[in-house]
Amino acid sequence: MRTLEQTTQEILDLASKHFNVPAGSLAPDDDFFMKLGIDSLQTLEMLSRLENHFGIELPDYEVQGVSNFRTLASRIQSRL
Amino acid sequence: MKSFTGKTLRWQWRDGVIELTLDHAPVNEIGSVVLAELEEFITASGALGEETSACIISSARKQGFSAGADLRELYRGASALPEKERLAGLRGFLERIHAVLNALDAAPFVTIAAVHGVCFGGGFELALACDMIIADKMARFAFPELRLGLIPGWGGIPRLKRDLGNAFVRDLLLTGRSVNATRAHAIGLVAQLAAEGEVLRVARATAAQVAKFDGVTRAAAKKFIKPILHEELRREIDLFCELFARPTVMAALKKFVESTDGMPYLP
Repeated sequence: MRTLEQTTQEILDLASKHFNVPAGSLAPDDDFFMKLGIDSLQTLEMLSRLENHFGIELPDYEVQGVSNFRTLASRIQSRL
Repeated sequence: MKSFTGKTLRWQWRDGVIELTLDHAPVNEIGSVVLAELEEFITASGALGEETSACIISSARKQGFSAGADLRELYRGASALPEKERLAGLRGFLERIHAVLNALDAAPFVTIAAVHGVCFGGGFELALACDMIIADKMARFAFPELRLGLIPGWGGIPRLKRDLGNAFVRDLLLTGRSVNATRAHAIGLVAQLAAEGEVLRVARATAAQVAKFDGVTRAAAKKFIKPILHEELRREIDLFCELFARPTVMAALKKFVESTDGMPYLP
């Protein structure tokens, strides 16, 4: 079972890889809309990538209102 | 007409396969121009029916297959009309889109929706009218209509019920959530999964396989296994119009159109 820290790091790595942000430039409390510069459809893309990576289903209503990686990680953690 | 290039879509017939490509920015929102061109497509594909084994519907837009109905056009059009005319116009549009989707549903050739990215609302209903959905693993499906105080109005519920268990239909409909391609495949909504960027190639390979079989048998098998649910589809139009008449719908449409929310596509 992953720890919350591990889950958070995996999200940061995945976001960095797929949204062309330099590795190491993202932090758990960053606002991912701002930091990644993504719109609503790209947010859905990120959701799909997270679901595929972690092998989970994360309904979009659970991530509505979430904007930082740490909270996103806790939502994912509750589905692992 | 074996090829066509319109303002929002294009098609080409080659070796028994029609490829219909949706290409309307931003994500193939379906409004009056798309509908008119889909009607042209239905007429043309009807004439090509006997020499056609399969039709692939896909999108040239990077972000997905279709984000659904053009809600901005719907809101603008509806706002400009008195209520009585508004409902008459809406019903006319619904009758036309149902005629298109029913014709696609009953086409004598095999129809394949090659889906990537978002496949929401009316876009999902277009895919559901096809015989099979082949999905890129990054595709997502949703019926977000309840956020507007509406139900899917283009045959979505009857067709989803025809294909899947009622529990999943209720989950998708009542929560408005989107599901990924892997989940959609697991529950039988998606026939085949494709790797990222490979959906059209997989759909073409499937179309080539379908073409090997006798056309009369193929059409008979399709008709036998895939009944068109005319009565439920008609009831859906009535219910949609009934719900649309409530002021809450126009208010929700206004909110959507004016939204600056980071995730306006989500309920």
